[in-house]
Amino acid sequence: MNRVGAFIFGGAGVLLMTSLVVVVTPYAQLGTIPPESQLTPYTTDQARGRKVYVSLGCMYCHSQQPRDRAYAPDDVRGWGRAPTPGDYAYDYPHQLGTMRTGPDLFNVGARLPGAEWHLTHLYQPRAVVPDSIMPSYPFLFVEKPLAGPDDVVVQGVDGWSSPGAVVVATRDALDLVEYLRGLDHSYPSDVVPDDGRVAAAPGDAGAAR
Amino acid sequence: MNGAVLGLVTLTFVGGIAALALLVVAILRRRIEWGGGGASVIFDAGEEGQVEEPAAECEAQSAALVRAVDPHRTAPPAGRSAEDIEARRVADRSSREPVVAFLRWAIAWLVVGSLLGLTASLKLTFPDWLSSSAALTFGRVRPLHLDLVVYGWASMAAVATALWMAPRLAKRPLVVPRVAVWGFRLWNLGMVLGAVAVASGWTDGLEWLEFPWPIDILFVLGGGMAGVPIIVTLVTSKVPHAYVSAWYLGAAFLWFPILFVVANVPYLHFGVEHATVNWWFAHNVLGLWVTPIGLACAYYFIPKVIGRPIHSYALSMVGFWSLALFYSQVGTHHLVGGPVPTWLVTLSIVHSVMMLVPVVSVAINHHATMIGRFGALRHSPTLRFIVLGAMMYTLTSVQGSFEALRSINRVTHFTHFTVAHAHMGLYGFVSFALFGSIYFLLPRVMEREWPFPGLIRIHFWCALVGIAVYVVGLSIGGVLQGMAMVDPDQSFLASMRVTIPWLHARTVGGALMTVGHLAFAAHAYVMIAGRGPERATAPWSEQAPAVKVAS
Repeated sequence: MNRVGAFIFGGAGVLLMTSLVVVVTPYAQLGTIPPESQLTPYTTDQARGRKVYVSLGCMYCHSQQPRDRAYAPDDVRGWGRAPTPGDYAYDYPHQLGTMRTGPDLFNVGARLPGAEWHLTHLYQPRAVVPDSIMPSYPFLFVEKPLAGPDDVVVQGVDGWSSPGAVVVATRDALDLVEYLRGLDHSYPSDVVPDDGRVAAAPGDAGAAR
Repeated sequence: MNGAVLGLVTLTFVGGIAALALLVVAILRRRIEWGGGGASVIFDAGEEGQVEEPAAECEAQSAALVRAVDPHRTAPPAGRSAEDIEARRVADRSSREPVVAFLRWAIAWLVVGSLLGLTASLKLTFPDWLSSSAALTFGRVRPLHLDLVVYGWASMAAVATALWMAPRLAKRPLVVPRVAVWGFRLWNLGMVLGAVAVASGWTDGLEWLEFPWPIDILFVLGGGMAGVPIIVTLVTSKVPHAYVSAWYLGAAFLWFPILFVVANVPYLHFGVEHATVNWWFAHNVLGLWVTPIGLACAYYFIPKVIGRPIHSYALSMVGFWSLALFYSQVGTHHLVGGPVPTWLVTLSIVHSVMMLVPVVSVAINHHATMIGRFGALRHSPTLRFIVLGAMMYTLTSVQGSFEALRSINRVTHFTHFTVAHAHMGLYGFVSFALFGSIYFLLPRVMEREWPFPGLIRIHFWCALVGIAVYVVGLSIGGVLQGMAMVDPDQSFLASMRVTIPWLHARTVGGALMTVGHLAFAAHAYVMIAGRGPERATAPWSEQAPAVKVAS
């Protein structure tokens, strides 16, 4: 082996050393933080809806991490308080997102609790928000001449759907809406009091922010 | 816990800085020894001073290049020995099969990836276009664009370039090239399966890590089988000095597997910790995978084309070690303001700013090597791409350091500004470096000239104007978007509306780049297939179009 080996293996050594700090340490530290006590695990429908959310790539336009009010006016927009690691205890894979072509969704269930609105909005966002640039998701719905007894019919889409047909939500659409309605972390946090300041936290105070 | 964290962070930080300081002291003390032969090792005896540009359009252009590089007409180089010429020919031929295999598909992924990017861009302004199927929804097209251009185009073109460069740097044939060909097959199979998976909605659900983990195993095996021949070729070389490009190439092929495996282990990561690993990985794909290979290209081809060694071999050493130390700790700056431990975010911001050290070292080195010879860009397609790529590296890196600061990140986070920044890095720097490298190496690999030089010019100008329109437009749009988003008196919708004209600008820029890629792809495929006009009779580097300085 020659001097190139020193650079190659030395370089790998540097990465392993820094990984101790930026990968292993957060793993150990965040692993000690318990779920928020008022956070409920996903129901079966919500969990299935979350899979739809992940597979359609909603995260590429919607974040799930409102910023602290001291830093940005996210809570003024109704997006909620600054989240804590305990708020994400049941999320796998994480969907924090780093883009806001659309609004943050971490508390969309608290902001927009009605299933009807979400179904219309998913079928055709511009039926609800004329300027929206969100894609429509017609493939989550089927058009039928008449609705069956168990069908959930989407309202307010006249002019967007075929004349004479009703628009019925598929299982995927209903599950996705259940997930969105369940996105509600507006309960008071165990570690961050309502004034947005960090309280003494189990584990680590800084991590709560 | 806090004490332990603080201790570890301090130890690593202080230890790293101290080691770097020691390196600088060692260089200053023994300046001559460090600066000696290392920089010239890429030249054979009698080769230094000889301009080499296989992508030159004609004899007249080669002659103009020589005049631009050497306006004062120094004495001509002695010329290389027949043994050296033969040795390099053997080295080049040893890697030919895997290089062509990787390149052929890298370019295909570039074309498909560009079309997907363009589609995604159009979808933001025409949201009901192609909305009838899930496979074509924005949330699938956009990640597929990223995966194809990063793991298909940039990574595979980078591997091809590394496979070609390693035997040249080691002055010996590539070891076990067949293993690298099998590495290509596995990697490319992973690409095909991964692309189908993401389009059909089977995804790991993380940015930059979409490919499902069972498919990731193909990338680990394929990448390993391509990387081992490169590393073994480099570390068993008998060349007395290890050239800069060899450090970067070799290290990248160890860094990437570490990153890729740690980030992709299924069901290990959780919640917010998953996000920290996600961005540690994603930023390091740029920082410790395609950036080192892009830098290896710049460090090799700039001196190679102009026939002059790099400005400072010692400075490049500072650049290498500081890159390894600082880049590996910046990832969390993608989560500024998020629910992440404060110390981790602060650490990432500190190291983002420290990145100025490797960036300035590299910038001084590259640009000082070129100083007084920038006119050469007019006559060399390779230099044009690589030197502009190196400039965009400097630009995007300095921008990135400041973008990590909380005060600036507050505005630019969650906006298209980040997207513009990422494209300046991955396209402006990395892809430009790879384009330039391919224009140099493919004539050597195929042992013939580029058949249609006009296509190189079309590619260059489309790519340059395209990326300029893209980055400038989207940066303006991103800042406006961010300023509206942090203004509590404006509605959220206002922050979206203000971006619309700039999203159109992105589409225009992206369309231009795509046109350039079509010209590039057509040209490369004609070249590889051995079609098109034969422009020169003597393809080897010692004859046309490499021109010796006329005295």
